[in-house]
Amino acid sequence: MQTRKIPHPGWNLEYLMFLFTRLSGLAFFLLAIIGVMAALLMGARYQMDLGTLMRWTFFPNPNHVLDSDIPDVTFGWDNGFWQIMQFLIIFFGGTHGLNGLRVVLEDYVHRPFWQIVIKLLIFVLWIFMILVAVFVVLGS
Amino acid sequence: MTLDRKVSFFEGLRYKGGGPMLAWILHRITGLGMIVFVSLHVISSFFTQEMGSDWAIAINTVYESIYFQFFIVFCVLYHGINGIRIIILDLWPRMLQYQKEMTWLQWLVFVPIYGLTIFIMIQKLITGG
Repeated sequence: MQTRKIPHPGWNLEYLMFLFTRLSGLAFFLLAIIGVMAALLMGARYQMDLGTLMRWTFFPNPNHVLDSDIPDVTFGWDNGFWQIMQFLIIFFGGTHGLNGLRVVLEDYVHRPFWQIVIKLLIFVLWIFMILVAVFVVLGS
Repeated sequence: MTLDRKVSFFEGLRYKGGGPMLAWILHRITGLGMIVFVSLHVISSFFTQEMGSDWAIAINTVYESIYFQFFIVFCVLYHGINGIRIIILDLWPRMLQYQKEMTWLQWLVFVPIYGLTIFIMIQKLITGG
């Protein structure tokens, strides 16, 4: 079996995505900690159960906390700051995840032609997913 | 480029990679699990929101099932904790000689968090709270 090449530092896709995967992985922890701490400061402890708090932590969308005892979601839970947080999570999450899918698929597909096809397909999927998710965030 | 691996599935299972290999394969499985969940959820919420489609609402029942939720909590927690181990090992490659110990430490961190989460989920399921 052919092993993956070690990415050499420089402006190439493999190395940049290697760095991006690590950095966005750390960013998820930061974003989740900001989300859960802000929720607890806004009184989540007495207003929602663990599942609702976890949904909010993964993705701070106001629809995720509708099923709780919050009197008015528009007061603190639904504003531009959380929309920016959602865009960041979508961008980091979509890129991190689809790059991971590319890495896994390229381990099983060795022909250069099909590797290019996979790269293109995943690129199209990436653009599509981010556009759809942006629609959802702006519409919710 | 096209090398045949000449390794059957069962030979692959017998490969004695130990804990770190299990971590590698679980990292892939949990990552793919999250891709499936997030893709389904994004598509379903988009079509529910824009068109109120019945089939989009039907997709919700897939991941609202308790078994899928056990699985997705496993995916998120395992992938996150294993990811921290990978980042630490990449930043300080000299730690690689303690790879096995770190994999054990990782399970030691993972099991209580996952166990407690599952305990609370089952408790809620039984009491219906």
